[in-house]
Amino acid sequence: MNHRIVNAAMLAVTISLLPFSTMAETPEEKGLAIAIEADKRDEGFGDSTANMIMELKNKQGDTSTRYIRIKTLEVIGDGDKSMSIFDKPADVKGTAFLTYSHAIKPDEQWLYLPALKRVKRINSKNKSGPFMGSEFAYEDIASQEIEKYTYKYLRDETLNGIDTFVIERYPAYKHSGYTRQVVWVNKEEYRPEKIVFYDRKNTLLKTLTYGDYQQYLDQYWRADQMFMENHQTGKSTTLTWDNYNFKTGLSDKDFNRNSLKRAK
Amino acid sequence: MKRLFISLLLGSILLPASTNAAEWLGYVSGQFRGFLEDPLDPRQHNTYLSAAAEPEFYHSWDDINQSFNAKLFYRIDQYDDNRTHGDIRELSWTGVFDYFEVRAGISKVFWGVAETQHLVDIINQTDLVENVDGEDKLGQPMVKLSTEQDWGIIDFFVLPGFRERTFPGVEGRPRPNVVIDTDSDAIYDFSSGQDHVDLAVRYSHYIGEWEFGLSYFSGIGREPSDFVPTAFDASGQPTVVVPVYSLINQAGIDGQAFFGDWTWKLEAINTEFRSGARKGSHNFQSVFGFEYTWVGFTGAVSDLGFVVEYHYSDRNKRETIFDNDLATALRYVMNDAQSTEVLFGFLTDAETYTISSFIEASTRLGESWVLEGELRTYSGTEEGRPLFSYRFDNFAQVDLAYYF
Repeated sequence: MNHRIVNAAMLAVTISLLPFSTMAETPEEKGLAIAIEADKRDEGFGDSTANMIMELKNKQGDTSTRYIRIKTLEVIGDGDKSMSIFDKPADVKGTAFLTYSHAIKPDEQWLYLPALKRVKRINSKNKSGPFMGSEFAYEDIASQEIEKYTYKYLRDETLNGIDTFVIERYPAYKHSGYTRQVVWVNKEEYRPEKIVFYDRKNTLLKTLTYGDYQQYLDQYWRADQMFMENHQTGKSTTLTWDNYNFKTGLSDKDFNRNSLKRAK
Repeated sequence: MKRLFISLLLGSILLPASTNAAEWLGYVSGQFRGFLEDPLDPRQHNTYLSAAAEPEFYHSWDDINQSFNAKLFYRIDQYDDNRTHGDIRELSWTGVFDYFEVRAGISKVFWGVAETQHLVDIINQTDLVENVDGEDKLGQPMVKLSTEQDWGIIDFFVLPGFRERTFPGVEGRPRPNVVIDTDSDAIYDFSSGQDHVDLAVRYSHYIGEWEFGLSYFSGIGREPSDFVPTAFDASGQPTVVVPVYSLINQAGIDGQAFFGDWTWKLEAINTEFRSGARKGSHNFQSVFGFEYTWVGFTGAVSDLGFVVEYHYSDRNKRETIFDNDLATALRYVMNDAQSTEVLFGFLTDAETYTISSFIEASTRLGESWVLEGELRTYSGTEEGRPLFSYRFDNFAQVDLAYYF
């Protein structure tokens, strides 16, 4: 995370707590303050590991399943580092992605192809491409940093009995696949409950719904279910997460190119 | 070395499963290869069936800081005795000690960035009977020490046990018109012969959108330096040859840079011969080009990539097809659930206008099957050039593999 921006924004939050300035808070300031609070509440997780099952469904209802293990390392002052290792389908078993994500500039990303034993740097300018044939784009699964968007608070709304802030955010990355996203943020826990994505033509594209949130280490909320529906193609992808572990002792050396080759 | 593997293998079986990750994976596949014209040599055939299997065992312990990996390969070919062959692709132990990694045993490494020719990639010998594209490699005995630091990766290799290149047999197809005899002893034009221990080192690093590698190899050249005739026809033309291997020093450089949707790539090698008839002579070879990706070109999720690579070599034009050639290819990636991809391209010789074309396509069927198709054609070949032997060898190939 960028501390300068955070500090400036924190100042904005502090000021906004004062009664006379509350009136002056613009929708943009309030949107940013919500994003900052959400980010703050997820700070300090250190590292995490989890298993994910990704089920792809097409318009006809045919399904295809991938099993993926994901390791994440929190990076203070920048986007997180992550490693995704495929277990299924069997023909891509051992295929792995190493990503150093960044807020504004392109990510650094390497793909390991086990049959060729080849580590291939990927041209990751395009974060809008689909992740392994799913309805999730690379930018959807990348770590969410404050500087990745500008924000605007829209309204309060009750979503399925949950009190939420509805905010709109606009990607700062110029090659993003979206013009805007509308996010329903849980007022109590500051976690996303739903995100609606609009494509480059500002047409409704996808809806992501979070379900079965679990809390870890008395602080960090992770959804066990993430359902992404593409309204333009009728296809959908469900992510089912389990076996979450935090602060497992991973470090930089578990997220380099040599460890990518050993990922298995 | 052998004892180490056996004890590791036993150790991995005897250790309680709960503290270890052990697994089996791999594939079995069937292949059909069909030729569009009759062969040059009546001993060759028009259709070939073959089957292959590649089971792999992987086991890790010590909090995955140590691992054992074994991968065996075997293929049975209907006609080609040389293509009916087995290989230990992998039989290695890997240990991680902080920022250092040690690997001992039979293994494989890949170096380089180019798509249509792998110049700097020298550690493993090519398993040429598998496919004419030379992408398949034989397992290489090695001790590798590697460290990754803020300033890059350095790999050191000690490579005992030279592997000879595989070539199609008398009934194999496609193959050069002259049969390359791999059953007789190959010729080593230096005293230590196959027992020579090769050495290699590689440094690689990236700075932002730039990535580069420097490599040096000293040992037995993987490519035969010459072929010596051992049998002749009535007119005195050679019909059978044996490969000659020589000592070389080879320096290599590879790099790529990303500019938006463009990826620029370069590989170059300088080879110095240290033994035999070519002792003291040098060869320079390079491949340079780009890949441009048109993301979402059908307005949806698929990508179209344009690959252009120019190949140069100062070697004798009889010895290499990549002397002054342009490779152009289209890569279509559907980004669908079946991971469907098609690669279609040409290799064109700037002087002779010889064109060899290829189509490679693959898709997943269900969860466990992969169907691959391949088409290769050769046209405008000239006498005295390496592809002349392949002038009637246009072929299509279908592979169906089951992965477990």
